[in-house]
Amino acid sequence: MLGRTAQNLYWLSRYVERAENMARLLEVGYRMSLTSRREGGASEHLISMMQAAEVDEDFARKGRPADVDTVAHFMMFDPDNPSSVFNCLMAARTNARTVRTAITGDMWETLNAAWLHFSQIKPRDVRGAKLLELLEWVTHLSHEFRGALLGTILRDDGYAFLQAGNFVERADNTARILDMKYYVLLPRAKMVGGDLDIQQWSLILRAASAHLSYRHVYHDRYKAHNIADFLILRPEMPRSLIYCARFIEAQVQTLAEFYGRQPACNEAAASLRAMVEGTTMESIFAHGLHEFLTEFIARNNIVSTSLSESYNFH
Amino acid sequence: MADSKPFDEMYNADGSVREPYRALAQWLEEQPDKALTLMQSDAEAIFRKLGITFAVYGSEEGTEKVIPFDVIPRIIAAQEWRKLSKGIEQRVKALNAFLYDIYHRQEILKAGRIPERLILQNSAFCPEMMGLEPAKGVYAHIIGVDIVRVGPDEFYVLEDNLRTPSGVSYMLEDREAMMILAPDLFQRQKVAPVDTYPENLRRTLESVAPAASSGAPNIVVLTPGIYNSAYFEHSFLADQMGATLCEGPDLFVDGGKVYMRTTTGPERVDVIYRRIDDDYLDPLTFRPDSMLGVPGLFNAYRAGNVTLVNAPGTGIADDKAVYTYVPEIVEFYLGEKALLQNVPTYNCTDKEQRNWVLANIGDLVVKEVHGSGGYGMMVGPTSNKAMHNEFRKKIEARPDNYIVQPTLALSTCPTYVNAGIAPRHVDLRPYVLVGDEVRITPGGLTRVALKKGSLVVNSSQGGGTKDTWVLED
Repeated sequence: MLGRTAQNLYWLSRYVERAENMARLLEVGYRMSLTSRREGGASEHLISMMQAAEVDEDFARKGRPADVDTVAHFMMFDPDNPSSVFNCLMAARTNARTVRTAITGDMWETLNAAWLHFSQIKPRDVRGAKLLELLEWVTHLSHEFRGALLGTILRDDGYAFLQAGNFVERADNTARILDMKYYVLLPRAKMVGGDLDIQQWSLILRAASAHLSYRHVYHDRYKAHNIADFLILRPEMPRSLIYCARFIEAQVQTLAEFYGRQPACNEAAASLRAMVEGTTMESIFAHGLHEFLTEFIARNNIVSTSLSESYNFH
Repeated sequence: MADSKPFDEMYNADGSVREPYRALAQWLEEQPDKALTLMQSDAEAIFRKLGITFAVYGSEEGTEKVIPFDVIPRIIAAQEWRKLSKGIEQRVKALNAFLYDIYHRQEILKAGRIPERLILQNSAFCPEMMGLEPAKGVYAHIIGVDIVRVGPDEFYVLEDNLRTPSGVSYMLEDREAMMILAPDLFQRQKVAPVDTYPENLRRTLESVAPAASSGAPNIVVLTPGIYNSAYFEHSFLADQMGATLCEGPDLFVDGGKVYMRTTTGPERVDVIYRRIDDDYLDPLTFRPDSMLGVPGLFNAYRAGNVTLVNAPGTGIADDKAVYTYVPEIVEFYLGEKALLQNVPTYNCTDKEQRNWVLANIGDLVVKEVHGSGGYGMMVGPTSNKAMHNEFRKKIEARPDNYIVQPTLALSTCPTYVNAGIAPRHVDLRPYVLVGDEVRITPGGLTRVALKKGSLVVNSSQGGGTKDTWVLED
């Protein structure tokens, strides 16, 4: 496989995953802003949501107030926002077009049809219920693409590059969501959360699409400790850091077996996984949650660059 | 010629249906109201969904259009096709023999059958190709011969496209779409399949791999990239053949051999089906500013370490000025009379012919020698006086830069347009593969001028396509 093809596959699925994450984050920001009781609260929620997506500075440069309409437009349609759904879908489709021969017709048609649909939407028309509908559409698109991928593509190197891209992006996203609100997850003297905490926790869980599955795992009300545990250390949670890290390691291992050699990225993936393997939330809290997440994001980035060096992305 | 009613492929002059169209006519009659309108919009949706688009030059970058597809197929009878394909085979053999000769001993020039100046001073002549031995002696492996029909038994070759012609993906996708849209119509007669093309393309490419390459040759398709107007076709063909789709920077030359950059390092390449023009292939040999090509590629080719398909320099054989000599070329190399006719062509460098052309320009078609895609041409009967005068001046200034032909009354086929079913002019581009043998896909791409009365079928000028059926006995 061409190194360039591997690169395109990797980024193609990163962008699909990113589009989904952006939609989830925006949905959370939108809900929070609707229920905020404080003056200026809505704007704060929206801004912290953009911080998690790491696009808050791009937004600030626009010099516009952060309200539901401006932020929704920025997150969905703005070409100046590198992670807007618009840019993610366009990048995913352009990558797919470039590697049209390395993906299946079903995968291509999913992205192509999605782009055709999305590019015809008039941003003006997307408000209120329409916005929620469109956000749901984005997550469905991501599911559809993943379904097409799982159901149709050969299990060879291309598959591993696609999956690695998907989970590197997801790990990054989960870590950022946690980091955005890490302080509300810290253990405190008063262990019972107030309404504000509950709202913040629910934000974190929703952004990771975990607010319902949480109940099934913990049979308990929201607790800071459990939420952190769920998104970091629970191996059955498909967006948790440990799940993503293990999954990424499995993909680079598959590549190593496929090509019959052990390049540097295998070590990077093992080191990422080691961070979340055999540790406990107590130990993570003891060393600092924020420090832990920062380190995780950095190691995840190293996996990405080392993968691109190991397999001649160019 | 322009005044008489053009030959219609479906209806005789008395309104009766020609034999090959019987089943279609019956089927059309049975279709309920609006059925064709629905088919037409379904067709558009199918093409858009599949991403079968082309970029339009001169419009905003990245603008993609769907080429209009007409839902009424064009039908060719078995015996008509046999005759046509024999003529095509003869023609491509002669043109390859001509290319071999021109780049070796140049017997045809020595014999004075073609003026030397016309070849050696032609910008399409590629001196770098002199003395080079291409695998199996083949230069033009993939050819799209443009043919027009003016009567029941009258076919003319309009152009021999020997520089990696495009459009074959439309031939294949038109058939796919037609089978989805009107499966019942296929059940009424035997239609020759076209989906053998990708397999035959692969065989052809394998058969011209360098003699030194061992095992299954590594075949790649070289594309300028996603912004090229024919990118869809490049990726489509690579996909259909299971070949790697490369861009210039994916390839490099080391020690006179060509490699592609893979995830595990360099991998040898044997055959390159290149969809990049000669000029851009290799910045070391041709245009030094080219970013699309591969430095050193031409030397690797000369050394016999890689096969380029088509060979550089094939353009000399489909040059519009050389075109007029093709009947001569067929006779010279094969000792046979050409089975397919050329359109009569006036040579403007001859004073007498030029004067006649200038006086009758309103009835004639003027084409720039190096123009393509329907650009740089004028159709006399459908152009105004100002256009006539403009081209008169152009011809007087550069008589060698233009060829002039009578306006052919291209045959018409029933076509679905806003006003219902109406006759529209068509041409035909059959696709020919030349390697260890000559392989011709039955039918080809029918292009149709959707504007009433228009004779220009190019997709860049508002033309559409039709599925083309060759009936089997």
